[in-house]
Amino acid sequence: MTYIKSKFAHPNLPKNKLGYTRKEYEGSLTTLCAGCGHDSIGAAIVEACWEMSIEPHKVAKLSGIGCSSKTPAYFLNNSHGFNSVHGRMPSVATGANLANKDLIYLGVSGDGDSASIGMGQFVHVIRRNLNMTYIVMNNGCYGLTKGQDSATADAGSKSKAGSVNMFEGIDLCGLAIELGATFVAQSFSGDKHQLVPLIQAAISHPGFALINVLSPCVTFNNNVGSTKSYDYVREHVEATGTLDYVPPMTEITTTYTDDETKMVEMHDGSWLRLHKLSQTWNPDDKISAINALQHSHVKNEILTGLLYMNNESKELHSLLNTTDVPLNKLNESVLCPGVEILEKINSEFR
Amino acid sequence: MEPTNVKDPEYFHKVVDCQYACPAHTPVPEYIRLIAQEKYAEAYMVNWESNVFPGILGRTCDRPCEPACRRGRLEDEEPVAICRLKRVAADNKGDIEHLLPKKQEKMNGKKVALIGAGPSSLTVARDLAVLGYEIHLFDEQEKGGGMMRSQIPSFRLPAEVLDGEVSQILNIGVHTHFNTYVKSLKEVIDQKYDAIFVGTGAPKGRNLELPGRLEGAANIHIGIEWLASVAFEHTTKIGEKVIVLGGGNTAMDCCRTSRRLGGKDVKVIVRSPFAEMKASPWEKEDAIHEDIPIIDNHVPKSFVTQNGKLIGMNFEKVHAVYDANGKRSLEPTGEAEVFFEADDVLIAVGQENSFPWIERDLGIEFDKWEMPVVNQTTFQSAVPNIFFGGDASLGPKNVITAVAQGHQAAISIDLFCNGKAVTERPAPFTNLYSTKMGIHEWAYDSEVSNDDRYVVPQADKAVVLKDRKKEVELGFNLPTGFKEAQRCLNCDVQTVFTESKCIECDACMDICPTNCITFTTNGEEEDLRSRLFVPAENHSQALMVSDILPTGKVMVKDEDVCLHCGLCAERCPTSAWDMQQFLYNTSKAGSCH
Repeated sequence: MTYIKSKFAHPNLPKNKLGYTRKEYEGSLTTLCAGCGHDSIGAAIVEACWEMSIEPHKVAKLSGIGCSSKTPAYFLNNSHGFNSVHGRMPSVATGANLANKDLIYLGVSGDGDSASIGMGQFVHVIRRNLNMTYIVMNNGCYGLTKGQDSATADAGSKSKAGSVNMFEGIDLCGLAIELGATFVAQSFSGDKHQLVPLIQAAISHPGFALINVLSPCVTFNNNVGSTKSYDYVREHVEATGTLDYVPPMTEITTTYTDDETKMVEMHDGSWLRLHKLSQTWNPDDKISAINALQHSHVKNEILTGLLYMNNESKELHSLLNTTDVPLNKLNESVLCPGVEILEKINSEFR
Repeated sequence: MEPTNVKDPEYFHKVVDCQYACPAHTPVPEYIRLIAQEKYAEAYMVNWESNVFPGILGRTCDRPCEPACRRGRLEDEEPVAICRLKRVAADNKGDIEHLLPKKQEKMNGKKVALIGAGPSSLTVARDLAVLGYEIHLFDEQEKGGGMMRSQIPSFRLPAEVLDGEVSQILNIGVHTHFNTYVKSLKEVIDQKYDAIFVGTGAPKGRNLELPGRLEGAANIHIGIEWLASVAFEHTTKIGEKVIVLGGGNTAMDCCRTSRRLGGKDVKVIVRSPFAEMKASPWEKEDAIHEDIPIIDNHVPKSFVTQNGKLIGMNFEKVHAVYDANGKRSLEPTGEAEVFFEADDVLIAVGQENSFPWIERDLGIEFDKWEMPVVNQTTFQSAVPNIFFGGDASLGPKNVITAVAQGHQAAISIDLFCNGKAVTERPAPFTNLYSTKMGIHEWAYDSEVSNDDRYVVPQADKAVVLKDRKKEVELGFNLPTGFKEAQRCLNCDVQTVFTESKCIECDACMDICPTNCITFTTNGEEEDLRSRLFVPAENHSQALMVSDILPTGKVMVKDEDVCLHCGLCAERCPTSAWDMQQFLYNTSKAGSCH
């Protein structure tokens, strides 16, 4: 029995602006099954945060229960983390975010945690446009309890044991757009080239950003007939377009004259270079995004890439008009200004 | 790039850096694992078959394997102490009599003469004696061993160790003709041997003809001659003030021997800068440890005598200047000459070949440096049944090179005596098999040790300086030897990739501690090297490239700092990666029939 990761790193590992290598963003050695898509997503999170030169202590990782929710142990070991109750990660994230809006909130959930037990929390956190990145590691099955169909398993998808799922699967992206999510994307764990910039864009986005990542379960849902296997996803994947993340302070020298490519400036000064592959889809047009999703369903395609983004998003703190200083940094005298002020406020309601 | 052909044994051979760098290609990780398993006799025999003198080399080898060791390429890491681990095997081998070959009962009727009884001749003797050849070994000394006896001091190589390993060979039924100086090759040829092997080394120490050389002659000695004279106990003392000229390992042996024969103020004075001296770093350290200063950048100008007796030497101070091609020249600093006192001077500025005993009309060609023209693969001379090896063939090198050349010459002699073409070299013996035992379980210790290199303990300086035969290095004890053995990365356990099984889940790429693996689109080598997860800048290390995978990408693995920890294979859901143990043994004489 070995299974120990060596401390040795490549001597020429590149460093980011903070002087950190990717090693400083890694976590403990994974205990998920070999080849699990979730590990690839974890590696994409490491890559995204390293490349963005995010200070690890400025990130809070939050999760619920499930294979997906174990993964925060396997990335960003120098960040804050909270492994919450099954399906209740959005509540904890909301509380944490309200107390300290200065952190980057990275929620990690699964199809069971979000689409079944946590559905109530999932829809409401979207409605509130909480400033967080919410990654669903979606494998269409309950891997931790031996692979039963989950609520995102497609109707007609065959399990490893041979039974065919008779219920419609929940489309988390369609649902999120419907509920007013301001950033919705879909991706595949086996395509870091697409996933990494999506995570970076999601982190830069002010407001709720959902990335639904198809992440094959190698042990229970990678069989022929499954619609969430490596092979099936690779064969049926279609991208809305490509997206490149351009960090803040980068000089933009190229101007694009074609209709397909455009530069979108994000709130934090970073840029997204969007290159459309579909003529009928527009990332800032909700209707076109829903149409594109529905069309792909009909054609049995899996639509990936950025689906919808509202760059005018107002996240929860600005909706609530909270203080600029995070609540957890206010001292007692500011938070409890005294009887006189309380009287004054109360009198306003009389 | 084209997919890497891992079926070619040379590809994986090159991944085992230590073995590849070793002139004899000893399977290093193989015997280090055996040491860790406390199988010292087996570890010794792996060495004995490959390098013939494990006990000797475990103390004196030039260790070309160690600078090549992959561990040395990791951050803040030093190579595995390969050489001294070899000694652990030799020191703890126990009784191995039953493992050694005996005198052959049936001879093959062929007679071979070996001239010189140094490492190369002894190697030929061993390789051929076991095949039933009648071996006749000639040497002017009273015992076998050649320069290992005459030039390597006993405090580095005890006589018992040398005697033991020489006898192992002589006991296979070698006919020895010691105390016999061969003064004519023609006479040997006339004895009608089927083949003759010349392994007479580089016996002539270079002289320095400087003013005062003649007047001071009584106290000026040629290093290797002086060392031999000490070894055979003709010389037992030296003056209190000694200057050793030269910067190679012989100079280090001269100065350290002087300290044991009465030298109190012994110094090494060398022309080149300290860092560029030819001596191995550890030998320089050992000399300095014995209070011997090494004074660099001093060019000897003259011997100074008074009343016909040497009193010292004058030196010119220089500094090194490098031209655009990095070629060094030593330019005088312009300062006045410096004088160092000396009762005796030892000249250790190189050694040369010398063949006064080979008649020039026998058909053996000599080049303009008076070196015999010898084929570098077959070691055959212009006379088909005369072969050269060791320092006598391609100039002064070291023991392990002499052994490697001896093996090759033995192959050639065997081929020649069987009427086969000596150019048809036998292929190496190779093997490749999976080490997978179960989940997270491999047939080798895949965990990478974080230990720093262990230092070999030495005997007390005050004690060793009193007795020139007292061995300085004590060798690793078994617990330390085990820990040092565990530092080996097992580079011979190869990462074998099977494209057809790969589902491109990226698990191997994500887990690799040293980021060796990248899945990317194919390209030309330079382009690919630049596009890897960490660009592959060490061009001496190969890229392993797969065939095109279903997504159109290729798997590229940079061999440079792969830890052979097996995590890629542990995280692979389909066993597309497997850790397979690779054995590569160069062929020996006899493997071709």
